[in-house]
Amino acid sequence: MTATFRPAWTAESVRRDFPILGKTLPNGRPLVYLDNAATSQKPQAVIDAVRDCYESYYSNVHRGVHQLGDRVTEELEASRVKIQKFISANEPEEIIFTSGTTMGINLVANGWGRKFLREGDEVLVTEMEHHANLVPWQQIVREKNARLRYIPITAEGRLNLDELISLIGPRTKMIAVTAMSNVLGTINDVDRIAEAAASCGARLLVDAAQSIAHLPTNVLSPRVDFLAFSGHKVYGPSGIGVLYGRRDLLESMDPFLCGGNMISEVNRNYSTWGDLPSKFEAGTLPIAPAIGLGAAIDYVQQLGWQPIHEWEAALTRRAWGVLKEIPGLHIVGPSADERGSIISFTIDRLHPHDLATLVDQKGVAIRAGHHCTMPLHEVLQLVATARASFSIYNTLEDIDVLAEAIHHARRVMRLA
Amino acid sequence: MSTQLDDLYNDHILDHFECPYHKGAIDHPSCSKSGKNPLCGDVVTLQLQINPAGKVENAYFEGKGCAISQAAASILCEHVEGKSVDELEHFQAHDMLDLLKVPLTASRQKCGLLGFRLLKTMIYEQHPEETAGTEQPLRSVHEPHESP
Repeated sequence: MTATFRPAWTAESVRRDFPILGKTLPNGRPLVYLDNAATSQKPQAVIDAVRDCYESYYSNVHRGVHQLGDRVTEELEASRVKIQKFISANEPEEIIFTSGTTMGINLVANGWGRKFLREGDEVLVTEMEHHANLVPWQQIVREKNARLRYIPITAEGRLNLDELISLIGPRTKMIAVTAMSNVLGTINDVDRIAEAAASCGARLLVDAAQSIAHLPTNVLSPRVDFLAFSGHKVYGPSGIGVLYGRRDLLESMDPFLCGGNMISEVNRNYSTWGDLPSKFEAGTLPIAPAIGLGAAIDYVQQLGWQPIHEWEAALTRRAWGVLKEIPGLHIVGPSADERGSIISFTIDRLHPHDLATLVDQKGVAIRAGHHCTMPLHEVLQLVATARASFSIYNTLEDIDVLAEAIHHARRVMRLA
Repeated sequence: MSTQLDDLYNDHILDHFECPYHKGAIDHPSCSKSGKNPLCGDVVTLQLQINPAGKVENAYFEGKGCAISQAAASILCEHVEGKSVDELEHFQAHDMLDLLKVPLTASRQKCGLLGFRLLKTMIYEQHPEETAGTEQPLRSVHEPHESP
């Protein structure tokens, strides 16, 4: 217990793997990238994997009876197996390539919801969901005369799980929750939510978009039915994402997108569906991004979860302490120890968009707005927040630059 | 080193933000329009008092949001008073951006042009047949809108 943990890497060594972090911005400043919750930067290994695919063996997958076709299919399927192991799924066929988290959730809402939701059924979401895990459900419950209900959040920005028991019942057919809030940083107790889902026979979908790069993911413990994430938030290319679905559920569902690759047989008036995962992979996949995602997962695994967690927690604690000292700054959400590496905040009399523009002058990239969580901002009674989000390659100095940039913004806006 | 960007929050913008011109409401406006910038949540309501000769006698705005959107609405009110509806039909987005006297990136232009778009919608509604097709009407804040 007393032994000091010494990871095999430091932020400084990791930074050398990310070419963009060494670049200078158009205004001459070095980049301080604190918008990791929006998207992560790409290590050389991912860039090389994508380039190698295009330069060495690019072809279409699952079709060509030529050498390139065989090779590219092997690489793509190897990436699928890496993802399967990364999230501890039982079989590679349970890994569906999508364009991202949004498409994955839409696939479940349409492929599962349209077939299995009935009038009066209930879908349970939380007040902290991203629009990607709200709007698809709004649409399908409207179509099915079903009902969308919300697990409320507490004043501290945690899920009010005491309310969960009173919300679930025989009508509850789906519980769809984020593993980590993209605004509050709150890490949700998916174990307890999974227990609640099991107790009422509801399906559980986990939106892992925010957690995928920061926490280990295991779809078997707690047992989840569906889990969606995007490649670009875990150092992979944009345009590729993953939906995990339990095999028996995927088998029972109807396809979402229809066309090439997803069929078994097409007759003039009807078709039959291909086997998993093809049934849900209509059209040509983003092939090189899917292979790049495999390289990204190799990269994360080689860093190791424990050092990732320790470093990101250190960054979050430092940012928390430094931001708290800034006059008029209010952090939303739970304490530094109960959240992932995301801190959203407001500053009295300084609109988040003005702040984001002003800190950008100092080279600091943060996000401002409602972060695709308008119902959450309504609960928080805020129109917008500013968000700084940290990753493996951020340094303690980055946080000092952020603090100095905020002071600069307050001076420019005549607040200091 | 870009000096332009550093000038974004200059005295011109900040003075209008802190001490806006004609921030408030008109009792019986000739026309009134509200709009929202869903990106940052800026809200502006613009009200005009137009006399029978077709001249803007009073322009007032209400709003909440970033300094750019609110300063721009103030600058707009100051500019349009005394102008005729006919003159304002020729008032274009680049004219509005020129009035701000600061360089705005594409994303911040939405803030700087929020009040302007309300104005153009109201002017369009004065003479819809003449200016048809030059400007898209802006949605009201109260209408349901697509989530981005």
